[in-house]
Amino acid sequence: MDLSSISPTLLVASLMVAATPILLAAIGELVVEKSGVLNLGVEGMMIIGAIAGFAAAVGTGSPIIGFLCAALGGAALSLVFAVLTQFFLSNQVATGLALTLFGLGLSALMGQSYIGIKPPANVTLDLPVISDLPILGPILFSHDITVYAALALVAGVWWFLKYTRGGLILRAVGESHDAAHALGYKVVKVRILAIMFGGACAGLGGAALSLVRVPQWTEGMTAGAGWIALAIVVFASWKPARVLLGAYIFGGVAVLQLNLQAAGVSIPVEYLSMSPYLITIIVLVVMSAHRNKAALNAPAALGRAFHASR
Amino acid sequence: MKIKTILASAALAMTATTGALAEKTKVGFVYVGPVGDGGWTYEHEQGRKAVVEAFGDKVETMYVESVPEGPDSERVMTDMALKGADLIFTTSFGYMNPTINVAAKFPNVKFEHATGYKQADNVSVYSARFYEGRAVQGHIAGHMTKSNIIGYIGSFPIPEVIRGINSAYIHAKAVNPDVQFKIVWAYTWFDPTKEADAAKVLIEQGADVVLQHTDSTAPQAAAQAAGGVITFGQASDMAAYGPMPRVSSIIDNWAPYYIARTQAVMDGTWTSTSTWDGIGAGMVGIGEISSAVPADVKASAEALRDSLSDGSYHAFTGPLNKQDGSVWLAAGETASDYGDDGLAGMNFYLEGIEGDVPN
Repeated sequence: MDLSSISPTLLVASLMVAATPILLAAIGELVVEKSGVLNLGVEGMMIIGAIAGFAAAVGTGSPIIGFLCAALGGAALSLVFAVLTQFFLSNQVATGLALTLFGLGLSALMGQSYIGIKPPANVTLDLPVISDLPILGPILFSHDITVYAALALVAGVWWFLKYTRGGLILRAVGESHDAAHALGYKVVKVRILAIMFGGACAGLGGAALSLVRVPQWTEGMTAGAGWIALAIVVFASWKPARVLLGAYIFGGVAVLQLNLQAAGVSIPVEYLSMSPYLITIIVLVVMSAHRNKAALNAPAALGRAFHASR
Repeated sequence: MKIKTILASAALAMTATTGALAEKTKVGFVYVGPVGDGGWTYEHEQGRKAVVEAFGDKVETMYVESVPEGPDSERVMTDMALKGADLIFTTSFGYMNPTINVAAKFPNVKFEHATGYKQADNVSVYSARFYEGRAVQGHIAGHMTKSNIIGYIGSFPIPEVIRGINSAYIHAKAVNPDVQFKIVWAYTWFDPTKEADAAKVLIEQGADVVLQHTDSTAPQAAAQAAGGVITFGQASDMAAYGPMPRVSSIIDNWAPYYIARTQAVMDGTWTSTSTWDGIGAGMVGIGEISSAVPADVKASAEALRDSLSDGSYHAFTGPLNKQDGSVWLAAGETASDYGDDGLAGMNFYLEGIEGDVPN
């Protein structure tokens, strides 16, 4: 065993990269849930984003267009969910699960001719002096741009929900759609927009996986990341800053277990491999032990269908 | 229903007796990854295509990709057998017991299982001596490393993978006594996300050479992004990543074997055999050593390859000790294939490798 071979600086830097896909998906789902909609289709939207972004980036040679198409793809799939749950008032849980299964299948079909292909490289921040600073350089100033985009998005969502009129309306819709409706707000419109934002974020998260973190396309490559994003939203008790914390903890554990293995720590590999999932479960259990706290913060209308006539 | 079945089987029997010449030989392939993985399954698919090319209309092939190892693969094999396959290649270690099970149910169908060790009357086994290729990789890696840390991405702790680690290690050590191996087990043959993460971690911990025994090109991409790290193509040439990071490769060449075995089924001369060929027989190829490797290292690596090829040198030649220091091979002794401490069942590290083989 030789723990000194693990560099804390590089560990932090790589956990930021590892956490970015789930961070993007989770911050989108947070907005969706804040509007009172529970969309369990995050996994499906992520993987559609992963293949849509990959295909577009390979086709055009531009990762930026790839990310745009990933967001569009995720949003398009979420629109299916929006129409079904907002106009036809279908059950949100069942529709969300169906969306995940549909997304996994559709992405496998779309991706058949993209297996084993190299995507174009994405833009990495490389500032002359600052990126080479001893500790801060690798952690703060030499990442792929998606890492910064995800952080900016978290800050943006926090600001939007807390300080803008639009954010207030979104939260009102999520707390009591009847009251919001009585005040004259378009509940369905607000929710559809929130769902599409969530879809676009999940799509970006998928593309961060297929274009940056791996970078390659494989069937089912999200491998449960969407479910972890859902868990992180609950873990964060619907607060953007805590979503960031949750995603980084998860990313950290995932990277640390490989580091421990490479450093020769003699813990059976199986325990290390399951540790990220175990920690997610433990955190969720601890969170829900404080019932009132968690329940207080959950949007009151979460998962409930709305119809103006009721 | 009953009459139909009888009629159908009667018709089948007639075609079997009268139409033997006109009937196509059906060959099935069970793949562990997608055919586009760029590695292991890709090369088996090349073998299948070679069979189609060699026999044209006389053969009909079918394949199923990304079949999980374990019980689910039995369903796929059974399905192929029911569709009338005469010969089925099951191309991953984890299909071993399923192949034996299904073969027992279809005594007239011939099975060929890759990299395993269980034979039956209608089950042959075949594998390649990848460890010969690993010896060449270890030799180059030992010369090329500056940090003296070589990362190794293992798939599953099975003899085939452990042989590769041991072979690479002793040949790296022979040219560079300070070399150290860091081994990460991914517990998958094909999962680009895990493979990329494993490669990144090894690089972060100082490895400037990454060897992989997993099938995707993700570790190559990770090494390319990191810069200054060399890799080797696994199972397939992976030339798209040359001349850096990919400096050479092990290429599996299954085509001649697949064609020969299909021919044997056609001729009715097929018998259960155990084939284990290396560089000499052409089943293992060493990919072009790229310009990133200094000329003298390239020359000595090619000399090593040639000595393995003509049999003048065995990759496991004593004196070699096991990890615990006990003697495995005395000076000048070469490893036997089978028996106690034979290569086929190798489950121990050699002296100098740190860490334990996971159970």
